[in-house]
Amino acid sequence: MLKNISLKEKRLNFSALLVLLVVILGALVIVSLCMGRFPISIPEVIQVLAASIFPLPQVGDANVESVVLTLRFPRVVAAILVGGSLALSGAVYQGVFQNPLVSPDLLGVSSGACVGAAIAILIGIGTFGIQIGAFAGGILAVALTTTAPKLIKNSSNMMLVMSGIIVGGLMSSIMGIIKYIADPETELAEITYWQMGSIAKVLPKSILMVAPAMIVAIVIIMVLRWKINVLSLGETEARSLGINVKTTRRIVIICATLLTASSVCISGTIGWVGLVVPHLGRLMVGPNNMKLLPVSFVLGGIFLLIIDTIARTITSAELPLSILTGLIGAPFYFYLLKKERMNLS
Amino acid sequence: MKLEITELGFSYPNGKQIFGNVSFDVEKGDVFSILGPNGAGKSTLLNCISNLNEPTQGAIFLDNEKIQELSLKIFAQKISYVPQIHKPTYAFTVEEFVAMGRTPYMRTFRKLNNTDDYIIGQAMDQVRITHLRKKPYTQISGGERQLVTIARAIAQEPDFILLDEPTAHLDFGNQIKTMKLIKNLAEKGYGIIMTTHNPDQVFFVGGRVGILNKKGQFEMGEANEYLSEDRLGYIYSEPVHIFYSHALKRNVCTSGC
Repeated sequence: MLKNISLKEKRLNFSALLVLLVVILGALVIVSLCMGRFPISIPEVIQVLAASIFPLPQVGDANVESVVLTLRFPRVVAAILVGGSLALSGAVYQGVFQNPLVSPDLLGVSSGACVGAAIAILIGIGTFGIQIGAFAGGILAVALTTTAPKLIKNSSNMMLVMSGIIVGGLMSSIMGIIKYIADPETELAEITYWQMGSIAKVLPKSILMVAPAMIVAIVIIMVLRWKINVLSLGETEARSLGINVKTTRRIVIICATLLTASSVCISGTIGWVGLVVPHLGRLMVGPNNMKLLPVSFVLGGIFLLIIDTIARTITSAELPLSILTGLIGAPFYFYLLKKERMNLS
Repeated sequence: MKLEITELGFSYPNGKQIFGNVSFDVEKGDVFSILGPNGAGKSTLLNCISNLNEPTQGAIFLDNEKIQELSLKIFAQKISYVPQIHKPTYAFTVEEFVAMGRTPYMRTFRKLNNTDDYIIGQAMDQVRITHLRKKPYTQISGGERQLVTIARAIAQEPDFILLDEPTAHLDFGNQIKTMKLIKNLAEKGYGIIMTTHNPDQVFFVGGRVGILNKKGQFEMGEANEYLSEDRLGYIYSEPVHIFYSHALKRNVCTSGC
């Protein structure tokens, strides 16, 4: 019956779907907290969580509590925040650039942010400096990527993707130079960590430092999501509908870049999430950003939480996240290109 | 409500003038057509009036107020613009697309309310596309897309609707349907300005017509008096034939002697 309805309607009832996704995410959080080298049962996890929220006496093993709260919980939060932010910024870029083929990594924003963070590490200006560096690098990259099509006077979808590849390539070369001149004993190790894409060493302190900026960006994007719809119709139509295109676009791009850069601060570069998840969201609720943006955020959280849980449980050594996101993302992107080849120009 | 175009001119930054000295005014319920050969600058002229391009000479007044001095939002509440048909990137449903016509009335934290829904429904009814409302905009025909864009323009509750070649890329039947709709909109009290390539459509919708020639000169008059075989023949460099059809009770324009 349920299947019949969803087939008929093609697009699922939005509120029901969003609630369902949030419930799934909640369940996955608990499952993820159970899994690991030191298995913990679901009731134990729930007990620990409940005791940390409500004034209940902490029962059971102190080890269990410390594994759940200090080791695994920050990681789960980081996975959701980073996955959600990358997916959200991907959906936003796809909307404002009217181009379903772009993402934070394809636009070069991720690698730009990485270069910024690496330079900050090299200068040695602390965690806050790294955050600023990542943001500055991301903004610079997105500015370069969007300028190239204007200079060549070709505003096609492919040109923007090409331009992103150029900027991404440039950024990885700069990254190479930075690594070459970095002190192999200390700085190089830290910089390599940014690039790997991992949240293994995430600390509650670093999440708390980055989270405020992320939340502000998410709120602004959510408030502007109707306008992002209108922007996705193109400059002329958006203006004729009373939107101040330049200002709105700039605000939205800055927020999306802030999200990407903050994610890079927490976890380094993690590919594919920002490209694949918005497409998945569009298959579920259609292109309307009023629905797509919240759905993409939750889906991104679910996606990266699953990926990270696999990464830390599948082998005794940690797998870098980009390996797994690529294994899933690359075939999916291929599928999309195949499906949408008529619309590419 | 009066839209006044006074001594309007547009030149490229390199100094090349597209048109100059264009003056006319349109009131609610009027139809004003703009004819001209390819490359004469019809679309540029319409874009200037739509506040999409900035004219280099002259000015446009909406009830004695210069349009550049109105906020984009207020402007969009009074004048809506129907672009040429194109295929959009994203598959918004017809209803979502028409709903975007409510953008000039949206405040930052406000969602669509019942009034908006009513207006959106009315706009779709008026152009008879209600049956398409759940369909993706990318999967309907060109003629239907044109109707949907006009419905969006109506949902803006404007006083004037400006249309850029509303029949471009449409088949014969859809061209006629679109022209009927435009005539009907004028009868309902919207002021209409449209560009077109077909002088016969000007006879069909009536009203006044302005001709922009290749040299960027502009002349205008009542369609039936002003459009003559000589004048059109000169503009299009092809002999044009105009005759009165008793069956249609209007002048007809055709060519191909």
